[in-house]
Parts: sequence; structure tokens; C-alpha cells
Amino acid sequence: MTETLRRTDLHDLHLELGGRMVPFAGYALPVQYAPGVMKEHLHCRAQAGLFDIGHMGQVVVRPRSGDVEDAARALEGLTPAAIVGLPEGRQRYAVLTADDGGILDDLMVARRADHLFLVVNASRKADDLAHLRDGLTDCDVIEVADRGLLALQGPLAEAALEALAPGAAAMRFMDVATLDSDFGDLWVSRSGYTGEDGFEISVQGGQAEALARALLARPGVAPIGLGARDSLRLEAGLCLYGNDIDATTTPVEANLLWSIPKVRRAGGSRAGGYPGVDVIERQIEEGPARLRVGLLPEGRAPMRAGTPLFAGQDDADPIGEITSGAFGPSLERPMAMGYVETGRTAVGTSLFAELRGRRLPVAVAELPFRAPTVKR
Amino acid sequence: MKFTEEHEWLRPEDEEGVVTVGITEHAATQLGDLVFVELPEEGRMVARHDEVVVIESVKAASDIMAPVDGEIVEVNSALIDNPALVNEDPLGDGWFFKMKVADMADLDAMMDEADYKKFV
Repeated sequence: MTETLRRTDLHDLHLELGGRMVPFAGYALPVQYAPGVMKEHLHCRAQAGLFDIGHMGQVVVRPRSGDVEDAARALEGLTPAAIVGLPEGRQRYAVLTADDGGILDDLMVARRADHLFLVVNASRKADDLAHLRDGLTDCDVIEVADRGLLALQGPLAEAALEALAPGAAAMRFMDVATLDSDFGDLWVSRSGYTGEDGFEISVQGGQAEALARALLARPGVAPIGLGARDSLRLEAGLCLYGNDIDATTTPVEANLLWSIPKVRRAGGSRAGGYPGVDVIERQIEEGPARLRVGLLPEGRAPMRAGTPLFAGQDDADPIGEITSGAFGPSLERPMAMGYVETGRTAVGTSLFAELRGRRLPVAVAELPFRAPTVKR
Repeated sequence: MKFTEEHEWLRPEDEEGVVTVGITEHAATQLGDLVFVELPEEGRMVARHDEVVVIESVKAASDIMAPVDGEIVEVNSALIDNPALVNEDPLGDGWFFKMKVADMADLDAMMDEADYKKFV
């Protein structure tokens, strides 16, 4: 299998650390190390976890005019997020939309001195690059293929990174900065995919392994695999592209309306102008037919993606479906998220999930399941 | 003690043909941390390869199959509240069920410990 899979800069280190390698979005990546998903998850929440996210796409969008605001304006033609006016050194969450309002990808957009820096999903990288090149005709869209990407998450992340890259501790949630280190310049954002305080760090490819080793040598930092990355993000209520959001879900249905600020909505000074605006504006106005919600199974049985949801024990037709489900190690109970038809989305609504031919109770719940501990 | 290719172990308990069934340490490690166990009803008659136990780890759901024909006579209900027992002590406190084997000769063809070690 490894012959056809791409490798990140940390491949040898994963093997040395005992990572159990699996295929993920075309890459060989560790699903877990020796301690296993449960312990890795809890370790990240209690101390700090280091994740290899080198499979994700790093993209520089450089305006030919030299004015970053031009790139921001152009990108607003592909997303309902507000990119114009994003201050230098700040980052924002955005979705790329299709003409029918579906989500082509979700991504982070950072404003750096003379360009925008995007981090996109591995599975969408090739399509995103083509889409961005089509849409941003007055910008150079450059895939940054020679840099690795690490995530350092958890309460001890700040101290660990500050020791190697002074300046990290002064950053706040969603700040981005270029920090000097013994491992070359690091493009750092204070953000992540766990609900914990932490950082995502872009590093020159040849320095990625040395940086990872230096971080792992700091107090409390342990390597964390994809398994715990998934349970951590689900506890934090964060979407996984391909599961919880995709080209068939709109940002309104996906409960991501917070990523469409007033200025981009009807009546705003930069309203519309992005693909799918008609569908999305209508859903904002009238409400969507279904909504992504949190779900807490009442029993101990985990309810996984694809599990149908029903309003009653005997109803013939499902009213929704689970899109992500797992056991939450910090919650100490199973958790899920999924889409439920409008009218049954209020927190506390009792539903049934059909599992192995039986209908088991599950309740609509507040997201996130666990409050974030980011440094605002 | 006998072992199956499905990574179960069987330990004969008495002269009446009752065996205790669990999964091996190898299987428990491969599955990862168990978070849910659904046990069969005591008294259920089962055939070899019937799915009798549902287990869920942090990663996925799997089934444990009956290793031989027989009757489920006791289940380890401690696993319902504490599925992690299977990871902590797969050959001891993490057992799944006891069954009365229809034909003890079925065990003769199974692997012993040395065979199983070679198998994994």
C-alpha cells in the first residue's frame, strides 16, 4: 500500500515512534501510536499533542497588483466569508461555495504582508487549486509543496512552542505570524482542530522532522494520530469535510452561518457576489429544510456516520442521518453530529437512531460538546 | 486453552463441556480501546460463526462469533459498564461469555497456544 501513497516529511519519524500507518486522503499517516486513541486524546487535552498535518494543502494567493486587498476582493467572489479588511496577521475560517450553494471545501485564510495564505483539506487540494486559478485570474495561485505542516495543541502547547520560536506566546487565537527559529522561518497560526489552545506551524520541508523532534522533547508533548484527531474535533463540534459538509450541504444547512458576516448578507455593503448566493440567501431568509446538530446517544452504543435518524420508534421515513459519530474520551460517552429536518432541531429533542435493526434514543444537543479553551 | 483463527480463546471450565470465551491480547490491541460491548442473552442456542457479541472500539464496530455450536450459559455483565476490561485483561477479567459446547470434539481441531503464537 505504501508504494502508491504519498508520504509527509515526518514519515520516518512516525515509523520510529511506532505509528500505525493507514491511508488517508492519498497519504500514509499514523492513525495512532502505541498508547492508542483514548490515551492520546486525553493526553492532548491534559498536556500537549503534536499532529502531522503535512497532507493538508498550503496555498499562497499573490495579487499581481501587489495589493493584498485585491486578492481579498477576488477571493470574496468564491466565498461568502469576509476577507476584505482582514487585518494583516489575522486568519479567518471560510467555505468555498458552488453555484447551487454546496460547500466545495472549508479552509483557513490568513492575511500576510503581500499575499493570502490558505490551508485547505488534503482531499480537496487538487480541485481547490484549479477552482482558485479559475476564479482568481489576477492572482498567482501557488501550491506550497515544499513545506510541512504540524499542529501543536493542548494546554502545554504555548510553552513548548515559545521555547523554540519566541513570539508564539504573545499571539492570540486566530493570529498568524512568521517566527524565527533554529528550524528556519515558521509560519505560525494560533488555531487548530481540537478545541484546545494551540498552533498550526508551517515549516520548510527539510526542517519538519527536526522541528517535530524538538517539540516532542519539550515537557508534556506527545505524538497524536488521526484517530484522536477525529475524536478531539468532534468533541469540539468541528466539521470534517466529506462527512459533515460536502458539495450537497450548504453553509446554512451546516450551521456555519457565523462564517457569513452581515457585510456579505443581503443589505450588507459587500452582499452577495459569490457562487450559490441565491440559494444561500433564500435559506437565510426562510430557514433551511435541515440543519446540522449535535446528538447525544442516551445509551453507551456509539452511533456512527450513515446511521439513519427517526422521529419515532415506528416511523417509516427517516428525518435525518448521522454524519460523524464516535466515543468522546473527554465526555466519557458517545457523541455524534448529523442533519435533522427543521422542526426537530431544538436542543433536547428526542429522536431515534436505527442501529443493528433496533431504534435507540438519541437527543439533539448543544455544539460544541466541550467548550473550547482557546486564548482569545 | 484453545484458539481460533478469529482470535478468540476458549478455556474449558469443567467436565460438563462449559468453556469460557474471550479474545486474545493480539486482537484487543488491534481493535484499540473498547467503548461498548453488547452481550447475548443467557440461554441462547448458537451455531458456530453466529454473531453473538457486538463490540465497538474507538475506531469501529466488530462482531465476536460463536466459536462452536452450543448454548450461552453466562455472560460477563461487568463489561457493559466497563468495556475497557477487555483491553486491560483480555485473558482474565475481560472474558465475554461461557457456553456449553454441543460437541467437545470441535475443540480438538483448534490451535493450542504454541500454534496460535505462530499464527499471529
